[in-house]
Amino acid sequence: MNTATIPAVRRSVTVATTQEHAFRVFTESFQTWWPRDYHIGTADPAEFVMEPTTGGRWYEKGVDGSQCDWGRVVTWEPPGLLVLAWQIDGHWAYDPDPSHASEIEVRFTAEGPGQTRVDLEHRLIERVGDTAQALAEGVGAPTGWTGLLEKFAAAATTG
Amino acid sequence: MDTYEDAGLGLLGDPTRRAIFELLARRPSSVQQLADQLPVSRPAVSQHLRVLKNGGLVVDQAEGTRRVYRLNPDGVAAMRAYLDRVWDNALTAFQKAVEADPTPEDQEP
Repeated sequence: MNTATIPAVRRSVTVATTQEHAFRVFTESFQTWWPRDYHIGTADPAEFVMEPTTGGRWYEKGVDGSQCDWGRVVTWEPPGLLVLAWQIDGHWAYDPDPSHASEIEVRFTAEGPGQTRVDLEHRLIERVGDTAQALAEGVGAPTGWTGLLEKFAAAATTG
Repeated sequence: MDTYEDAGLGLLGDPTRRAIFELLARRPSSVQQLADQLPVSRPAVSQHLRVLKNGGLVVDQAEGTRRVYRLNPDGVAAMRAYLDRVWDNALTAFQKAVEADPTPEDQEP
């Protein structure tokens, strides 16, 4: 059991659009920007879904019709606040134990006409500690995070 | 907890160090194996490995006559470092998606 606290991952971007639109793209259009290589199902992903309500499911649909949970919508307060439970372990596998879930808070703040700051905090990473040992093995596989990151970075820098 | 603070941008902000981290994520390697895959000298690789090791991201172990480096198997700092990279890339993609279509089609008055 790892009880040490790990500082949250924090990221901010400012986007040239309204708060409402930024929230909508982040949530409803999640699958248009989330890199398709980051998926946990065995089937190729057909769709990523974030149900637009507190307590909603966050999951992927595979091309074969299968579904894999990612976590839950913890707080749904458009257009300002979104909190998600991330129930994915070091193997990119769903971990149904809520005590292992880390949490992602996303705040959308209007900074002026057509300017919105998006502040993301991925916290409680230490909760993954029990399964983090899997990381060293998980990322060693060709489909591990590193390979995904490379594709991800390539996709993010094209177009 | 300085090591954890450094485990994000600080340690992986350097492109060579990031490349080494990502190579080690793929497979445990010796200094020579890393140097063979990178456009830097063996001493430079050793130097970066020392920083990564001090930061808690990698560990080393003697295997026969050579020393093999791998990601720290306790994993939590390495996990954080990965998530840091994930969100760095994801938000860049998000920003591009938003700004590719910056005008709300159905904005309420």
